Amino acid sequence: MKERTVQLEVLRYNPDTDTEAHFQRYEVVCQEEWVVLDALNKVKADIDPTLNYRWSCHMAVCGSCGMMINGEPKLSCHAFLRDYEGVIRVEPLAHFPIERDLVTAPDDFMEKLKRVKPYIIPKEKKPISEGEYKQTPAQLMKFRQYSMCINCMLCYAACPQYGLTPSFIGPAALTLAHRYNQDSRDGGRAERQEVVATHEGVWECTFVGACSEVCPAHVDPASALQQMKITSSLDWIVEHLMPGGKSARDTASREDAGDIS
Amino acid sequence: MSRKPLVRECPPTTWYFRQPRYMRYMSREITSIFVGAYCVLLVVGLQRLADGPTAWEGFLLALQSPASIVFQILAFVAAVYHAATWFNATQKAMPLQIGEGFVPGNLISGAHYAAWAVLSLIVLILAGVF
Repeated sequence: MKERTVQLEVLRYNPDTDTEAHFQRYEVVCQEEWVVLDALNKVKADIDPTLNYRWSCHMAVCGSCGMMINGEPKLSCHAFLRDYEGVIRVEPLAHFPIERDLVTAPDDFMEKLKRVKPYIIPKEKKPISEGEYKQTPAQLMKFRQYSMCINCMLCYAACPQYGLTPSFIGPAALTLAHRYNQDSRDGGRAERQEVVATHEGVWECTFVGACSEVCPAHVDPASALQQMKITSSLDWIVEHLMPGGKSARDTASREDAGDIS
Repeated sequence: MSRKPLVRECPPTTWYFRQPRYMRYMSREITSIFVGAYCVLLVVGLQRLADGPTAWEGFLLALQSPASIVFQILAFVAAVYHAATWFNATQKAMPLQIGEGFVPGNLISGAHYAAWAVLSLIVLILAGVF
């Protein structure tokens, strides 16, 4: 196997001793086919055991090892060394507070995820004796793409709107709201609209589109948010401009009821 | 162990220099200045038309000045770029599902381009260009 010496420039921050973050350079002998995460593991094992970062699966499934690699949000297990030349700069995910070295605090994202109620809220609860909630393959395809999110938060690190306005609910959480809104078994759109159709919700999005470009699971959050802008606008039109228009909550309930047929 | 997370602020005025994709986004947004300015120009033209033939002739003459022609070319390029980004976005905002599959995105955007071409042709015919 071919070896290559890689220069890593890693952002370090120790909350116990530092007031600012600083870069530290490591020279690591790597195998040509390694990814950035392998190089970090080599650093931790052989050069500097104090280096902190998160990782788990090493196969782009768990979403733990998101970092900025040369300024681009990436899963470090998915960033091949062969695609980089010169010094590779590794920083924690942008727009999140740095806990220590490459470890960020995801508290804000977790809080927002809860607010969009990312779970099925059944239209009508039925006893187990009545059997399962059935779904056709076509109904599944309506939301399947948006269910592939691995909560890696790369889209938040890519989104300048989230960086500038941290109250923005953000791409992944809103996309999950869309995923459940699109589910034929779900009746919770009206409840989610209270978070989705607000200035902190889809209307903070200006369609930069960076979220979709960096998504390692090809979820395309930008498309989910634009679709929710359309449905939210239709809600507004029905509520304010149509004679006898009902509130968004009523409209949503009516649409959901229509989906059953 | 107490937590002391370090917050690195997003620079409010220079963030778009960080990434080429942010620059592309800003260039799309900046086109709106030219589109808006051209709309103002049209409103001024309407005002001149209402003011009578002399005012209207003066307006037409002003449109032919080199500075005005440069502005109109810039506004045209900006409007075309803005329209293209809009049409390319339609496939994301309006996906079309048929059965278990989706209509290819470039067909949706392509249909918008086609409608744009047809409508432009109709406007040009109505304006007596042909």
